[in-house]
Amino acid sequence: MSSTATTERPSLISRITAHMDWRSNIIYIAFILVFVLFSVMLGDSGFLTGNNLLNIVRQTATISVMAVAMTFVIANAEIDLSVGSVAGLSSVVTAMAITHYGLLPGILAGLASGAVIGAINGGLVAWLKIPSFLVTLGMLGLAAGLAQWITGSAPQPIGDRWYILIFGGGDFGPVPGLLVWTVLAVAVGWIVMNRTRFGRQVLATGGNPTAAAYTGIRTAQIKFAVLLTSGIVAALAGMLYAGRLESGRFQWGQGDELTVIAAVILGGTSLFGGRGAIIGTLFGSLFMGLVNNGLILAGLDVAQQQVVRGAIIIAAVALSRKK
Amino acid sequence: MGASAIDTTTPVVRMRDVVKDFGPVSVLKMVDMDIRAGEVHALAGENGAGKSTLMKILQGVYTITSGTIEVDGREVTIRDTADAERAGIGMVFQEFSLIPSMTVAQNISLNREQRGRLGLIDDRAAENEARRIFDDLGVALDPRATVGNLGTAYWQLVEIAKAIAKDAKVLVMDEPTASLAKHEVENLFALIERLKHRGIAIVYISHRMDEIRRVADRITVLRDGSVVLSDQLSELSSPQIIEAIIGRRLASDLVYRERERDPEAPIILSAVGIASAHVLRSMDLTVRAGEIVGLAGLMGSGRTEFARVLIGMDRPTRGELRIDGERRVLSGVRAAQRAGIALIPEDRREQGLVLEHSVSDNLVLPVLGTVMRGPFVSPAKIARLTDHLVRTYGVKTSDPDMPVNRLSGGNQQKVVVAKWINTAPRLLVMDEPTAGVDIGTKTEILDMVRDFASQGNAVVFISSELPELLAVADRIVVLGEGSTFRALERAEIESEEQLQLIIQGEAA
Repeated sequence: MSSTATTERPSLISRITAHMDWRSNIIYIAFILVFVLFSVMLGDSGFLTGNNLLNIVRQTATISVMAVAMTFVIANAEIDLSVGSVAGLSSVVTAMAITHYGLLPGILAGLASGAVIGAINGGLVAWLKIPSFLVTLGMLGLAAGLAQWITGSAPQPIGDRWYILIFGGGDFGPVPGLLVWTVLAVAVGWIVMNRTRFGRQVLATGGNPTAAAYTGIRTAQIKFAVLLTSGIVAALAGMLYAGRLESGRFQWGQGDELTVIAAVILGGTSLFGGRGAIIGTLFGSLFMGLVNNGLILAGLDVAQQQVVRGAIIIAAVALSRKK
Repeated sequence: MGASAIDTTTPVVRMRDVVKDFGPVSVLKMVDMDIRAGEVHALAGENGAGKSTLMKILQGVYTITSGTIEVDGREVTIRDTADAERAGIGMVFQEFSLIPSMTVAQNISLNREQRGRLGLIDDRAAENEARRIFDDLGVALDPRATVGNLGTAYWQLVEIAKAIAKDAKVLVMDEPTASLAKHEVENLFALIERLKHRGIAIVYISHRMDEIRRVADRITVLRDGSVVLSDQLSELSSPQIIEAIIGRRLASDLVYRERERDPEAPIILSAVGIASAHVLRSMDLTVRAGEIVGLAGLMGSGRTEFARVLIGMDRPTRGELRIDGERRVLSGVRAAQRAGIALIPEDRREQGLVLEHSVSDNLVLPVLGTVMRGPFVSPAKIARLTDHLVRTYGVKTSDPDMPVNRLSGGNQQKVVVAKWINTAPRLLVMDEPTAGVDIGTKTEILDMVRDFASQGNAVVFISSELPELLAVADRIVVLGEGSTFRALERAEIESEEQLQLIIQGEAA
């Protein structure tokens, strides 16, 4: 056996290098291309100013945070369409609870709203075997409706300075708080994905659930944990919206699920599960923010922006396709 | 661990009076089996005899209804795969159980990853472990290669390494050569030999008698859930084993039956000088009405490639095809179907059936036009057609509305054959139509083929199993390097050995 394998070795290595193709690195190429393009074309409109670039980071922070958790969901071969609505719900729950009970109960209530929804999503998918697409599609409407209902569609202002400082409104020295949250989410996500047994189990379950089960991985628990986390992280993202915009509103996060999923897929995570690229996800999110920002500076109206963003999502999925 | 130190007399696994019931059905009836260290123990039997069930019990997929299992002399309870693993039982799966997106090392260490500082996974340690195992086994394979980029033979190696890394004392290999090329089979046998010397016991499930003869030390034969034979292989002749496997039925079913043929019958298929982008260089073949022509040849000789040309999947770059005397360009599968050609593909699970659909749905799929009433499909017509086909072709199913993947492999293949013969083709191309099918079903399928040909149709029968080729083909065409190498009348061939030598290119 050794002789055969040895003679095939060079071809094996070349096959591996061939596999490290543009497909998994497309996001970095695209990011640099678009950045350079905007720098040249929109230099006069203030694209390259430090303030504008920090703004991009601020505006994409919530997307980046949700996208890190979504990377786990998609690597696990599931989907979570409810993240945007959960963010909106948690923003109003947090704001209302702060007003009535104070800072800490407010934070806990916000996270709890995400945990409850994540647990319902996860339970239905993991144990009742309902496809996550359907469960979270239903939850998208349910959470959005709930947020609108309990607030009577009214914005919920937040007066607590500490809350606003911590959750995205403030800066830590020269560093915007939202940048810190982004870095924190990406760092934790990367370590968990690449250096913990849980991350390996998520990838295994997404890559081949039967094989994972035969290897002794409790795949249902993994699915549950992933969707639970996604709910909690979406709630955190909603709280960051509330901090940055100093209020809770049911509209916060609306439609974000599509941006988040596009960011994850663009970043190189396989839509069919088994592969999860956290750093790619970060750049995917920044790319989406970059495009948004550029389109606004270029003077496109909301409708036109939507068209371009939709086209990018389709391109992202097409590029993630296997040969 | 030296070979001399291995105790090959006391069993590693001793199963006694094992019974497994599924509802009212007893699949295993008081089965005894001993597996000894350092032996290759063949497990044979027809599909549905209970082989897979018995092994799934060892593996923790099923739990026993009654009976005992001892590992190393101690009674164990195996409730799930984790229990089986702890007892030292590893499975090399027929349908592989690896995560394609992970590396070799990550797969081998999956779910028992070594952790370094802060409890984080240490991939380096996993790679070293994998390298150590491969070194031990004399295999050169890069632990950092992504499994999805490797060929099937390497997948199997990774599976074996994964089991060994978990200190498996027993490896169960279920049809391990099914998807391997010839030289890869040799490599596997060499590896099995090395595993034996390490004292690992191997349960070898196979339908192929020559392989069993080649690698196994002992054999246990199951029939209808009971052990009918268990002995040293050296004590047994092949007819004895075959008789044990098939029971009352005559082992002579796999014998050529002369059928009436008209040498002047019209030529249905005539291929001259067919070449294709891959492999095929110059293929000539003539098949007359009523004739079954067998295609033999080594792996890579162009048999499957020729079949692909015949059903319009690949376009020939040169050469001429005539169907019923008329020159045809087969531009696609539909064009081939219109020309009256049907293919029974090599892989029934991938290409032959929609596994989740019912037996009935699968049967009517190619002939939906015939079961319409006005613009709608007629359930009554479907039921009538299904009933007719199920009875004609002896498909064993209690309910034709049941998903076809609940049937045994042999019955699934009968569905495929019935489905295509029912489209009334002039030429039926069959690529390994009995792969993984038990002997009983095999003879039934061969009978279907004979009947079909006797009705004035033509059959091209591709097979690597010479006994069945010799049993069914009126003529045998041997391919070599993409060309017609020899064309032989059945009567010219005296023995399987003679044909084998011709295929190997060693006979004049």
